[in-house]
Amino acid sequence: MSTETATAVAPKKESLFSKKNRRLLTDPLDDSNPITVQVLGICSALAITVQVQQAVIMSLAVLFVMIGGNVIISLMRNIIPDRIRIIVQLVVIASLVIIVDEVLKAYSPDISEKLSVFVGLIITNCIIMGRLEAFALGNKPGPAMLDAVGNAMGYAWILLAVALVREVFGSGAISFPGMGQVKFLPESWFMANGGFYENNNLMILPPMALITVGIIIWIQRSRNQGLIEEN
Amino acid sequence: MEYLSLFVKGIFVENMIFAYFLGMCSYLAVSKTVKTAVGLGFAVIFVLGITVPINYLLENFVLKEGALTWLSPAYAAVDLSFLSFIMFIAVIASMVQLVEMIVEKFAPALYGALGIFLPLIAVNCSILGGALFMQERQYPSIGEATVFGLGSGVGWLLAIVAIAAIREKIRYSNIPAPLKGLGITFILTGLMGMAFMAFMGIEI
Repeated sequence: MSTETATAVAPKKESLFSKKNRRLLTDPLDDSNPITVQVLGICSALAITVQVQQAVIMSLAVLFVMIGGNVIISLMRNIIPDRIRIIVQLVVIASLVIIVDEVLKAYSPDISEKLSVFVGLIITNCIIMGRLEAFALGNKPGPAMLDAVGNAMGYAWILLAVALVREVFGSGAISFPGMGQVKFLPESWFMANGGFYENNNLMILPPMALITVGIIIWIQRSRNQGLIEEN
Repeated sequence: MEYLSLFVKGIFVENMIFAYFLGMCSYLAVSKTVKTAVGLGFAVIFVLGITVPINYLLENFVLKEGALTWLSPAYAAVDLSFLSFIMFIAVIASMVQLVEMIVEKFAPALYGALGIFLPLIAVNCSILGGALFMQERQYPSIGEATVFGLGSGVGWLLAIVAIAAIREKIRYSNIPAPLKGLGITFILTGLMGMAFMAFMGIEI
């Protein structure tokens, strides 16, 4: 499910996309996925997966902040004193998030309303802090950017998978801006029109996000036995 | 009475973990034993109870549109709310640092219990989430903001202690191998969230 997306991105500039660097892109999709393996950035992954549309916007926002943050911190890595690095990272991330928030407010106020506090919470999204700490502080900007893209993609596909499951079963249709609603079942099947099918409203409520992620972890770990935990 | 209602709402109805998933990262990482869970839970209550009122003052006397009128009426049109993210996170990070230093100096026993958790808390989403919800909901007074902060903290403590207790017991159960650890914790949290939904609509 993961490798196809990665190989499509990889072959461009040879020097930057050496075998080692390509692993930076592909690893986070499966073996070191930020959500299911590193357990980072769960908060937003669960809260905004009611609709696919929100998940896409959120993923794009995180992609932007990740790339910006990783590259900027990587460029500054030699001049940041060790003791205050957390504050420096927070300031860089917060400035990037303010940009995202203002752009969202200007161009799609309704989505910005729906995401409410979760745009702001990108600041404390542990994926970003985690990658800055673990990677950007010790690597050149090029690999740092690839690492950012890889981790943001790993985050995005989990987000999209959860959102897809929740929206399809919860609302019976997927709505996109500009495309209207894509319906999967004929209208006459629904209970309201004398049919037999009813949308599962539980899917829209918070607890099902957790259970959906739990099941994704289950599937992923049973396919990739190396990830199984001892306890 | 409103205070009590707000407090109960923060603990049960609008629980940080079960309703908004805030602070999930540390919730999942530090919930292996009840002892550490209690430590982190109290640290969260402590920090939420301090940072929410401070951010409330900041919001109402510096950031909000027209908030600067106490300086001079000429500033009535100044709106600094775009700066709120950076201000809130700066307040949180510095408060956590300050609290850590104060606790270390004056209450070494407490520091022994909470010490290692305090730095973790600066990047705990529930703290920034508390500040942002406070901003979004426009609480009328600092008292209500504080009660909201404390209530949310207690709710968070309740959630993490409950899951830690379950995880201690579940170690001896026969769970499918791929579900061990993280997977089952997610599913358990989901089930607990469903149980907590029974509190929806409670008013005191």
